[in-house]
Amino acid sequence: MNNPSEKDLNPVESISIDLDAEFRESNIREILDKLDRELIGLKPVKTRINEIAALLLVDRVRKQIGLSAGAPSLHMCFTGNPGTGKTTVALRMAEILHRLGYVREGHLVSVTRDDLVGQYIGHTAPKTKEVIKRAMGGVLFIDEAYYLYKPENERDYGAESIEILLQTMENNRDDLVVILAGYQDRMDKFFQSNPGMRSRIAHHVDFPDYGPNELVAIAKLMLAAQNYRFSPDGEKAFEEYIRLRMTLEYFANARSVRNALDRARLRQANRLFTQGKKTLTSIDLMTIEAEDIRASRVFLEGKLDHTAGAIS
Amino acid sequence: MMTNTGNHLTQGQFSFLPALTDQQISAQIKYALNHNWAIGIEYTDDPHPRNTYWEMFGNPMFDLKDPAGILLEINNCRKTFPNHYIRVTAFDSTRGVESLKMSYIVNRPKSEPGFGVVRQEREGRNISYTIHSYATDKSEGERY
Repeated sequence: MNNPSEKDLNPVESISIDLDAEFRESNIREILDKLDRELIGLKPVKTRINEIAALLLVDRVRKQIGLSAGAPSLHMCFTGNPGTGKTTVALRMAEILHRLGYVREGHLVSVTRDDLVGQYIGHTAPKTKEVIKRAMGGVLFIDEAYYLYKPENERDYGAESIEILLQTMENNRDDLVVILAGYQDRMDKFFQSNPGMRSRIAHHVDFPDYGPNELVAIAKLMLAAQNYRFSPDGEKAFEEYIRLRMTLEYFANARSVRNALDRARLRQANRLFTQGKKTLTSIDLMTIEAEDIRASRVFLEGKLDHTAGAIS
Repeated sequence: MMTNTGNHLTQGQFSFLPALTDQQISAQIKYALNHNWAIGIEYTDDPHPRNTYWEMFGNPMFDLKDPAGILLEINNCRKTFPNHYIRVTAFDSTRGVESLKMSYIVNRPKSEPGFGVVRQEREGRNISYTIHSYATDKSEGERY
């Protein structure tokens, strides 16, 4: 009607906003630092989270001076191999979005196909809606999302669930953030058969596999969280262990590390028990020695694998 | 004397106030959720004060965190029953309480004819009084 540009632009130029102060106020630094400290590697993931945090912060500042833009769509898709930290990052994401005021509650509702899809006609919609209602104000994390859609069975109710999800993702964008997670190739197939889903997800984040050094760093963090630590020999043994374990089947990144550590703790306890030492120091109780690691089956199988390779 | 102030049913909380906005309803729900009360949505077209049990719209809602989900359900109910009374209840399951802690009307019919007094003459020229909703003269579902 009238010319808004002149009227609107003038006051805007005169206002200056301290982005740094805003940044400090939101406590986002603390949470990003925590992310940096506790999550080893995952460079692309951290970059994307930083970008999102920056966007939300700038948006907030813009809103203060009356430059409104629609709320950005923050539905995400996490792809990566097992044990690369998708769930952990999703949890952290809920916290970050809460700090930035994008979601109201900041809780994470983690579901799989079973929680969304019903078993008979008319069962799916209420089930999916129930889950969505529970997730409102927070983040809905759908693990192994590609199982929602089963193309081989045309009477599968997964499609109905997807339809309801799509509708909420569009209409209730302010109320919840949906994060899908799964393996790269299967997610690609899932998106191919559900183009509507792909276009509604703004952020596709790929979780790379960890290198051996990163896995050792992760192991140390995990141990520290449980008040354990490696002896220098133990650390060396664990490095070797990881290199061998990575060549074996069913390697699941950080999850394999966690399992290995759990078994090492078992062996450490057994060692302390059987060695018959009368008095134990706190150092004894805390330290994982090389022998606790080297007793692993992996050293046997890994080497066997190696020699087999050499023969053939 | 039975009056019908402002042609307005006055039952439960906030019933003497103007109708709550969605934002105000959300704030009330949030209060209930913070206390871990289960929220239910109920409707009826027989608003007699002694009609304690209204029909439930869907299941009572436990383990929700955010009012948005409940507001969604309220709006669904409003769409289904635009001319019914709809109330939101909050049930406290604490041992020893186990009853509603909140109850307020969130939807009303467009016109509320209210109640009339019915006098019944009994033995010895005694009169017993009761009230009767004008709307309930019609059959269920056609009252408002």
